[in-house]
Amino acid sequence: MNIAKVLDAKALACPMPVVRARKTMKEMETGEILEVLTTDKGSVADLSAWAKSSGHEMLDQKEDAGVFTFYIKKG
Amino acid sequence: MTVTAMTAGELAKKVIAKESFFILDVRNEDAFEDWKVEGENIQYMNVPYFDLLDGVEDVLDQIPTDKDVVVICAKEGSSIFVAEMLSEEGRNVHYLQVGMKAWSEHLEPVKVGDLKDGGAIYQFVRIGKGCLSYMVVSDGEAAVIDATRMTDVFMNYANELGVTITNVLDTHLHADHISGGRKIAEAVNGVYWLPPKDATEVVFEYEPLEDGRTISVGNTKIDIQALYSPGHTIGSTSFIVDDAYLLSGDILFIDSIGRPDLAGLAEDWVGDLRETLYRRYRELAEDLMVLPAHFMMIEELNADGSVAEKLGTLFAKNHGLNIEDEAEFREMVTGNLPPQPNAYQEIRQTNMGKVVPDEETQREMEIGPNRCAVR
Repeated sequence: MNIAKVLDAKALACPMPVVRARKTMKEMETGEILEVLTTDKGSVADLSAWAKSSGHEMLDQKEDAGVFTFYIKKG
Repeated sequence: MTVTAMTAGELAKKVIAKESFFILDVRNEDAFEDWKVEGENIQYMNVPYFDLLDGVEDVLDQIPTDKDVVVICAKEGSSIFVAEMLSEEGRNVHYLQVGMKAWSEHLEPVKVGDLKDGGAIYQFVRIGKGCLSYMVVSDGEAAVIDATRMTDVFMNYANELGVTITNVLDTHLHADHISGGRKIAEAVNGVYWLPPKDATEVVFEYEPLEDGRTISVGNTKIDIQALYSPGHTIGSTSFIVDDAYLLSGDILFIDSIGRPDLAGLAEDWVGDLRETLYRRYRELAEDLMVLPAHFMMIEELNADGSVAEKLGTLFAKNHGLNIEDEAEFREMVTGNLPPQPNAYQEIRQTNMGKVVPDEETQREMEIGPNRCAVR
């Protein structure tokens, strides 16, 4: 996977992970992939719902030792 | 204009008073569909906060100015964010402090009635999740029944009343919420009672709560009589308090009955459920006041916020007690079950003492409605 940008949103509480992801995504080109790292459990459902609502594609997500990683392709 | 925090307690009082107000719930749609603040005169709007990041202009004309507006999210962060945007547009709004997390944990104590020899019985209404706990108080002592994991609330309440908790009981092994019973019993050095048939896998000491067993509270004789009443679980036990109150656990509710499937044995237990509701309960006095361990709908709350109804009234009005045909009854309680409560298997394991999740995990496990009934 070719990742264009990585956003570290660890330790940020809702709504900041989505706010930051949205801001970062605005600076990217369609088709580019953003990797987002979070620790807030609420961000799991919210980032997926936000991506869907904004026309982006959630390619993959995983959890490792309390850190959630998301790969979102800009739509 | 202003943004004001509203506590879960303040919101509970609005719901109990059946006030008319407006909720802007900014969680995502799945979360809102699954579980929300319920009330008889609440007007709702659900727009996820991430759809409002560009501003609230699009929704402004749908938000009333003539009633209280409460913005709600999971933990409060997003609701403050949105409330501030509304405030910048000239609105006075509230947000729910600590969000649905606080709503899930709030307990509202309500006195249900006095006992014959002095003393009283209190109900703790967990309004956000529909769980009901009880405290029977007499002559300086208290018994706590079906306590939730917010154990401080019970212990502080006993302190305020100037009584000592001596007995702690659970009507059954719960699957929808984590019991605080064992923790309270340990803290006050009291006795923790569990029905033995629900406790075959528990990893801690308990006192077996068997049919016919009598527990006294205080020197005055306020008896709690155990009545074996299986069906929701194989061990489910009801209590008759002071010959006046029937604590029915998760067997009989106000407008529904217990579901038999949360331990995976619906087909086996449906016969027990039928036997309890249509035989054992029929032998009891009809003027017993039924005090269940749950409510399903906010409409089941009385005007003072309590959940209680005479057994005779339930025999007349509760649909689940009025299905003559046994096959039809069987079909109703096994064929048409609602989704199971969130994390119910992990919750059962926790209540057996087999796993010990941290507090944050326990909180997450309990998110959502209780779903212990069938209608």
